Amino acid sequence: MGKTIAEKIFDAHRVNMPFPDTHVLKLDRVFCHEITTPIAITDLMARGMDRVFDPSKIKAVIDHVTPAKDSKTAEQGKILRDWAKRHGIKDFFDIGRNGVCHAIFPEKGFVRPGYTVIMGDSHTCTHGAFGAFAAGVGTTDLEVGILKGVCAFHFPKTIKFVLNGTLKTGVYAKDLILFIIKELTVNGATNMVIEFTGPVIDVMSMESRMTLCNMAIEAGGTCGICYPDKTTVDYLWEFIKDEFNTKEDALKEYSQWISDADASYEKVYEYDVTNLEPMVTFGYKPDQVKSVNEMTGTKIDQVYIGSCTNGRIEDLRIAASIIKDKKISDDVRAIVSPATPDIYSVALKEGLIEIFQKAGFCVTNPTCGACLGMSNGVLANGEACASTTNRNFNGRMGKGGTVHLMSPATAAASAIEGKISNSPLYKV
Amino acid sequence: MKEFSGKVLFLDRSDINTDEIIPAKYLTEITKEALKPNLLEDLSLTGFNVKDDINDKAVIVTRANFGCGSSREHAPWALEVNGINVVIAESFARIFRQNMYNCGMFSIELPNDKIEYLFENYAGKDTSISIDIDNDKIIVTSLDQSEEIDFKVGEFDKTLVKEGGWVGYADKNY
Repeated sequence: MGKTIAEKIFDAHRVNMPFPDTHVLKLDRVFCHEITTPIAITDLMARGMDRVFDPSKIKAVIDHVTPAKDSKTAEQGKILRDWAKRHGIKDFFDIGRNGVCHAIFPEKGFVRPGYTVIMGDSHTCTHGAFGAFAAGVGTTDLEVGILKGVCAFHFPKTIKFVLNGTLKTGVYAKDLILFIIKELTVNGATNMVIEFTGPVIDVMSMESRMTLCNMAIEAGGTCGICYPDKTTVDYLWEFIKDEFNTKEDALKEYSQWISDADASYEKVYEYDVTNLEPMVTFGYKPDQVKSVNEMTGTKIDQVYIGSCTNGRIEDLRIAASIIKDKKISDDVRAIVSPATPDIYSVALKEGLIEIFQKAGFCVTNPTCGACLGMSNGVLANGEACASTTNRNFNGRMGKGGTVHLMSPATAAASAIEGKISNSPLYKV
Repeated sequence: MKEFSGKVLFLDRSDINTDEIIPAKYLTEITKEALKPNLLEDLSLTGFNVKDDINDKAVIVTRANFGCGSSREHAPWALEVNGINVVIAESFARIFRQNMYNCGMFSIELPNDKIEYLFENYAGKDTSISIDIDNDKIIVTSLDQSEEIDFKVGEFDKTLVKEGGWVGYADKNY
């Protein structure tokens, strides 16, 4: 019997199995941000165990509230900053160099095929796009990861999606993952890894694969995984070129992190997604999904383009191509948050920032802020937001507010119309 | 080891997410105690009165997929500082479930028919539950009845409960 990619990664990282179905794995990366890490740090200090297992494998960023909005968030940043300095954690991204964790860490080449990654953030599943096993964990798992470089998991049962056909113009990875979550429901993948495979994935950029894997958790999945291929190698090449003579060598090495043809799956789903329409959520669960056509005309007050799901350069290019030479509706306000300083710089050079500004968008610094209602775009009671983020929970972006999840294209079209609208109406 | 017995709060809904258990705006707190006043304040559940209903409770009984969403351990902490160390549900989100055990708390899964039975026979009454960790029994008591229900958790989970969490165990063993 063959093995899935997750089983192969487990086999290569297993320290031991202290109990049945308890796999303690060695970690290649422990990612940290200022919301869930400070309590781990203060707890380690209180226990007299203020140590880190390997400062080169720990990466940290201030991203949720940045620059600090008040004394409490300033203190969280300070705890993380002082800790990074104290332990010689060189890859610490402070204000000015910081971006949304799941955008900046891949961008810096920190994730490689076959890696094990944890972070105190549920959207850590994003990094599976590189053929890694990446899981969101709580602060205690993070604390042990920081201290010992290990984490315990159950056996990674896997479900596989084979996605055939070609996505239509105006239909993106975000529409695809909303469709998949609708099919799986919000707990359809609980305790499982989701593999995304097939011709649709083969032609997807790393950015789109990250969008897809990012929302695996919204179906309860531990990690979303795409197989490493030439696209993965091209994306990573600037970071790995000293390790390999050629890209072919790198591809050959990384190809060990692909599931065997006779691997065993919990379930295999196969779809032809050629006729998939742009999708959008209603209600307060990410599996409450309809086509944009069914939701056209729904009232919105704010448009938000950004986040670890859809704040990458590809997303800004798509949104800007729709907004170019147009104005947002007088009925809405619109915010765009490039997810990292590099994305911001490229968007500036390509003239995208000017397009957003001329259209009436507020362009913020890179931050998670509005997605979880912490800063930079909190909703008022009764308001609705057309958002490229990943969670539409009740009050997620502000108490009493509603969130409609959608692609950057749909969000851009909705900003122009002032209500939920279909992007194919506009030239994409 | 923590206390695993006391009055029951019945939450008759599936998919109660971590934003409902403790909203993100309170994640700027750096002590667990500071989360105490805000447990479940955004819970969307008809008839639920956050101030009265949480008071004096030690155990939650609820439906499927409890704790879905964010990885925030602030959710179990907010329960803990309110004296709730046990959640019994049909199922849990993975991260929340692990976070509970990592803190030395119980997240116990029971089959749908047992959860249904608890709701039918005990919700709305003054019900108490205590966990017999050595014999894998949930002891349910109300004014007019008392019974035992079997439960199963993994050896790892039980060890974490007995050791008071993952940090102590990991420090000794890794």
